[in-house]
Amino acid sequence: MHSEKPKHDFEPKIIAFVCTWCTYAGADLAGTSRMQYPANVRVLKFPCTGRIDPVFILKAFQQGADGVLVSGCHPGDCHYIAGNFHARRRFAAFRKLLEFVGVDLERLQFSWVSAAEGGKWVEVVTDLTEKVRNMGPMTEFKELALEEQWSGAINTEELKEAFNQI
Amino acid sequence: MSRIGVFVCHCGENISRTVDVERVAAQVAKMPGVAFATDYKYMCSDPGQTLLKKTIQDQKLSHVVVAACSPRMHEKTFRKAVEAAGLNPYLCEMANIREHCSWVHEDKQEATAKAIEIVGMLVERVKKNRVLPTITVPVTKRSLVIGGGIAGIQAALDIADAGHHVVLVERDPSIGGHMAQLSETFPTLDCSQCIMTPKMVDVANHPNITLYSYSEIEQVDGYIGNFQVTIRRKARSVDEDKCTGCGVCMEKCPVKKIPNKFDCNLGMRPAIYVPFPQAVPNTPVIDRDNCIKFKTGKCGLCQKVCGPGAVDYEQEDRLVVEPVGAIVVATGFDLYTIDEKPKGSMIKGYGEFGHGKIPDVIDGMTFERLASASGPTGGKILRPSDGKEPKQIVFIQCIGSRAREKGISYCSKVCCMYTAKHTMLYHHKVHDGQAYVFFMDARTPGKAYDEFWRRSIEEEEAVYIRGMVSRLYQKGDKIVVMGSDIAVGVQVEIEADMVVLATAVQPRSGADTLAQKLGISYDKYNFYSEAHAKLRPVECATAGIYLAGACQGPKDIPDTVSQASAAAAKVMTLFAKDKLEREPIVARVKEAGCVGCFACKKVCAYGAVEEKEIRDRQGNLIKVVAYVNPGVCGGCGTCQATCPSKSVELDGYTDEQIVAMIEAL
Repeated sequence: MHSEKPKHDFEPKIIAFVCTWCTYAGADLAGTSRMQYPANVRVLKFPCTGRIDPVFILKAFQQGADGVLVSGCHPGDCHYIAGNFHARRRFAAFRKLLEFVGVDLERLQFSWVSAAEGGKWVEVVTDLTEKVRNMGPMTEFKELALEEQWSGAINTEELKEAFNQI
Repeated sequence: MSRIGVFVCHCGENISRTVDVERVAAQVAKMPGVAFATDYKYMCSDPGQTLLKKTIQDQKLSHVVVAACSPRMHEKTFRKAVEAAGLNPYLCEMANIREHCSWVHEDKQEATAKAIEIVGMLVERVKKNRVLPTITVPVTKRSLVIGGGIAGIQAALDIADAGHHVVLVERDPSIGGHMAQLSETFPTLDCSQCIMTPKMVDVANHPNITLYSYSEIEQVDGYIGNFQVTIRRKARSVDEDKCTGCGVCMEKCPVKKIPNKFDCNLGMRPAIYVPFPQAVPNTPVIDRDNCIKFKTGKCGLCQKVCGPGAVDYEQEDRLVVEPVGAIVVATGFDLYTIDEKPKGSMIKGYGEFGHGKIPDVIDGMTFERLASASGPTGGKILRPSDGKEPKQIVFIQCIGSRAREKGISYCSKVCCMYTAKHTMLYHHKVHDGQAYVFFMDARTPGKAYDEFWRRSIEEEEAVYIRGMVSRLYQKGDKIVVMGSDIAVGVQVEIEADMVVLATAVQPRSGADTLAQKLGISYDKYNFYSEAHAKLRPVECATAGIYLAGACQGPKDIPDTVSQASAAAAKVMTLFAKDKLEREPIVARVKEAGCVGCFACKKVCAYGAVEEKEIRDRQGNLIKVVAYVNPGVCGGCGTCQATCPSKSVELDGYTDEQIVAMIEAL
């Protein structure tokens, strides 16, 4: 039962945006059934996947997430009639944009996990963690942030040159 | 400045076994804004809640985070406790460190680190929580029931008996539905008419029930407690108030040979008719497609013979608007017909069974009419083609049902039982006859059901053949049934006089259109979806709308009646209060930013977004903005994610709150 877990050099940070009614309940079921999965995922609860603004996904990557999971009710099962359809359409368009921005789409996963699918939740989380772990840390946004940040140094060659030109 | 209190629960050992709760509390206490953090064995217990309340008051806490089980489990408990301590309940959040942490991880260090992060996220979130007032809406204590079959009748009677007014709408000229067509009912073989017609009369006589027969739902507006329903009362051409139901018009009508739908087209009726003698209301309706007066302008005989002068050729459709607080949907089912492939049907058709071209191949409902004492043959089992008594009869089950390759994969649930009943009725009426049944599985769960099914084999001598029929064809005056007996592994060929098909139970035609008017969801077969398959089986996800009977899925009479009474009970629960309280998780428009593009209106599945005019003091129109009706809003937040100017916010899930959580990572 308590098998020795392999230690990894890199533990990715995964953020999951889930809806209350299906996937959050599915994750609860995984807990009630005492299933085991990697501790890398942090769950953010939304009423519906329709509430999830694509900006949140960008924000998550900016904040250092290495992978993002978006999961809600199966098509047709939405508690709010059609929220997941809007989400699906929105994210289909958003994926293109993310690709353009330079995010590897492998880091972003969409799935449908119902309240009865504790096992599927475990599978999805485990697979994504494994995949992202192999891909390594997501550095693009961090490098960008560093590039844009002023280091605070005032005696660099560029600044001296700019000063002299005034 | 927030003074957040964090309470970490051990949940006995459920959390503390894998999460170092003391360390979580100690770490969280260092977070900015946290004024107090502690751990306790059982937070949800009485002493735990007392600790929570006392600390809120002693420490003058502004927000609370309870790190324990799933919010689906105890969010209500803790919000109530927080409210009792004088804080707004929505200033309390739960961090799920049991289902999402301690139960799914083994490594204590890992789990503790994760728990600290989870609590940290919720601490950041709760700082942005706002005081939310409970929303109350008034309740109109009248109910609408759609469908006058046994489900609708039962629901209407239950609600009306509780003292609330009911508007019952039926599409056909009479209530009664399919149950009024049945001969006898399983498993007791009591006569369907005998138990059904008294209930129909009760409906007609009940002071709390308004019956609109021959009417359809035109439009549904509003929301739970406050629906406005527009009903189209189709032109009956007979004044219901004046008509005495004497029936002289039907006797005198010169058009006599119109197949009667109620009798599955076996019997004939005149152009002015009641579908069956026990109809409620007992007011005839003129079938304008077949009436000579409407076709040629001549005749007018029924008007001449009508003593009270009830016949009115000028009558037109009328629209009535009824305010109601709750809606029970009980539209029932249709049987799949093999005649031809119905337009838009997902069933691929049964060409191998003759597409309904062989006159003595009938469906189960037609057999019911043949066996019914009030039916076209007076209860004698006679072939439709030549009126002879069939000596060999073959019943074939699962026509359409459980046939994935034909398009429908579900089980129609009632056919095994009614076929067993048919073999009995047949044996009771044709003593020297032999019944054969082709079946895939016999599904007889239900009180006294299996005993009933066994009786059909053991006492009534029906021969059950496990296997399907591949082909039917006419040979002389016989129908050759070719099938296989998979139990023995041989091909079977039976020369039958009559074949009865147990065709699939499908939702009523137009079920999807009605669902769209009501704003309720339906599955791929057009059966209406309940809010939760197990725990909320009679409620729709749309608040204030309830389901009863076969419109939700194939059902027999006992199940239908149970569900109808359950739906009535739900309506009564709703009507027990004068005001309705609802969770204030609703969208709110920030009018200053709204440009009135109404993208939110397009995506709102509830129709909650209205247009609101903003005027200055002189009354000049400044702009039109969106307004979300808090009574109608479902709280999904799709509008917020759609709004291009970020001018609509879902209370409880604002961008601020979400971003705070992401930033806490």
